[in-house]
Amino acid sequence: MPEAILSIQNLEKSFGALRATQSVSVDLVPGEIHVLIGPNGAGKSTLIAQIAGTLLPDSGEIWLDGKNITRLSVAERARRGLGRSFQVSSLAEDLSVKRNVMIAVQALQGSSFRFWTPVHSDPSLVGPALEALTRMGLDARADTPVAELSHGERRQVEVACALALKPIALLLDEPMAGLGPEGTAKLTLLLEKLKHDVPILLIEHDMDAVFRLADRISVLVAGEVVAHGDSDAIRNNPQVREAYLGDDRCSA
Amino acid sequence: MTSLDSTQQSRAKSRPLPAFTREQWVSLILLAGLALAASVAHFAGEPYFVDLASRIAIIALAGVGLNLALGFGGLVSFGHAAFFGLGGYTVSVGAFHAFNMTPILGIDFLPAGSDQMVPLWITAMSVCGVVAWLIGRISLGTSGVYFIMITLAFAQMIYYFAVSWPAYGGEDGLPIYIRNQFYGLDTTNSLVFFGLSFALLLLALGFCQRIMAARFGAALTMARLNPVRLATAGVEPRPIKQVAFVISGMITGLAGALYADLNGFVGPSMLSWHQSGEIMVIVILGGVGRLCGPLAGAILIVLMETFLGGLTEHWQFFLGLIILMVVLFAPGGVMGLLAGRARHA
Ligand SMILES: Nc1ncnc2c1ncn2[C@@H]1O[C@H](COP(=O)(O)OP(=O)(O)OP(=O)(O)O)[C@@H](O)[C@H]1O
Ligand SMILES: [Mg+2]
Repeated sequence: MPEAILSIQNLEKSFGALRATQSVSVDLVPGEIHVLIGPNGAGKSTLIAQIAGTLLPDSGEIWLDGKNITRLSVAERARRGLGRSFQVSSLAEDLSVKRNVMIAVQALQGSSFRFWTPVHSDPSLVGPALEALTRMGLDARADTPVAELSHGERRQVEVACALALKPIALLLDEPMAGLGPEGTAKLTLLLEKLKHDVPILLIEHDMDAVFRLADRISVLVAGEVVAHGDSDAIRNNPQVREAYLGDDRCSA
Repeated sequence: MTSLDSTQQSRAKSRPLPAFTREQWVSLILLAGLALAASVAHFAGEPYFVDLASRIAIIALAGVGLNLALGFGGLVSFGHAAFFGLGGYTVSVGAFHAFNMTPILGIDFLPAGSDQMVPLWITAMSVCGVVAWLIGRISLGTSGVYFIMITLAFAQMIYYFAVSWPAYGGEDGLPIYIRNQFYGLDTTNSLVFFGLSFALLLLALGFCQRIMAARFGAALTMARLNPVRLATAGVEPRPIKQVAFVISGMITGLAGALYADLNGFVGPSMLSWHQSGEIMVIVILGGVGRLCGPLAGAILIVLMETFLGGLTEHWQFFLGLIILMVVLFAPGGVMGLLAGRARHA
């Protein structure tokens, strides 16, 4: 097995009496999509938040590209190549789609303490931003304010922002939600291609997409990883069927 | 071929200027109107009204400073009088020592003040920059009402310090006996002084527009709208806000420096929370986060103070009413009324 790009070791997080993350260890190796599934409230988003740094774990370690990033700020992790999309999209609503993506390009290029050259006509910012949007099929919406987008489109803008960072690891929290069947199919194709450039830790509820995309699956229930394996292993794991999948969702 | 070439050339030459937005037109009219009013008053032999125009320009400049923090950075500082007053005191103290030919702060190896505006301005801005950096370091860790309270607390500390320091007038303040000098110009001429204040206002406006259009401005805008997005993109929000706060304090400090020379006097009232409130009201009335909003606000306030204040001593009641109306019905302030909703590219 190749060296992990991202490795989470014995992560613990409690909200008062609620143990939202219980000694979770997962990793992400080059070229793979590692899907995290689990019922609502299982702690999937909480785990992503800890990896991205918006939430500090109580204990445990997070390693990215061979370096311990457990105590680094959100921005520092992003600069080291951790791209993230939020389950509840977190964009600047008043700004255009392009502007939201350009800020990531700007960060990638170095210091934001540049006071003179206008950004709106700077091809070194606009170019890569449009490229990321084109990749998500959103180039036609580049100048639209985010506030006018559908939920599905916002998710895609988030992914475009993450891509614009040229990440070495991607954390995507339900990027397909709200996309509809056609959008889901498109994004599935895109992620299949994308994983060869950058490994993806993916949270997804659509089981067809999960089984199609996943190289590995980890099942999170009540903050704990209860099962881990490839699609077939998870599909046939009786404990998982009982705890999470249920017969109706897994009949296929 | 030649004709084609020439049409292409002429087309290249007469490339249409980028069209002005409505907000830019309104701003231009306000600026031109102020300059015109000052000139007319001067040639009509009414220096009082020229000084009034200077007051508008200077208070607008203070507002431009605050607007950078409050409007563009979302940092609701209720302590900008600290910078306004410190700018004023720097100039007064400098002039005081130059007049008495004593070393600054009574410390022997320091130079004996100055009666030159340029070094005084630079010193005032430096002092304010350092103080803003310190206040920012401490207050930017908080947000919302705590930020408001901490900035207020710092300004009050400086206020009480000035009140209780007898060397520079304490409660009575410190007069500037002779208006400071600007190279060869006759700064005691009202129109000349207006020209200086107006030029600095223009410079500050141009500077703010430029930095807000640049990467720094993009980051500051994102820090205001969604700091989590900014951090997720890989930019630390806090240093961006810190720098914005420092520049903001420096601009307001420069305004204070001019204000001291306009009045020939500086007192602790320039450091008071009333003063902070007035600068804030100017920004809010004019339109938060609009480049020339503070100018619109300053025009409105100074005119009301002067003309309504002449009619009734209860003019502050009407000011209160107007503020209420703006907050309730025109959240974009005067600029919002005149130029429509703010637009982001
Ligand atoms: N900041 C917080 N404070 C207290 N409790 C929290 C906080 N964030 C999350 N929780 C709780 O932690 C648990 C895990 O939440 P989380 O959002 O991680 O679930 P999830 O697996 O992403 O669910 P979903 O599929 O609905 O997105 C939930 O019970 C939630 O209520
Ligand atoms: Mg979730």
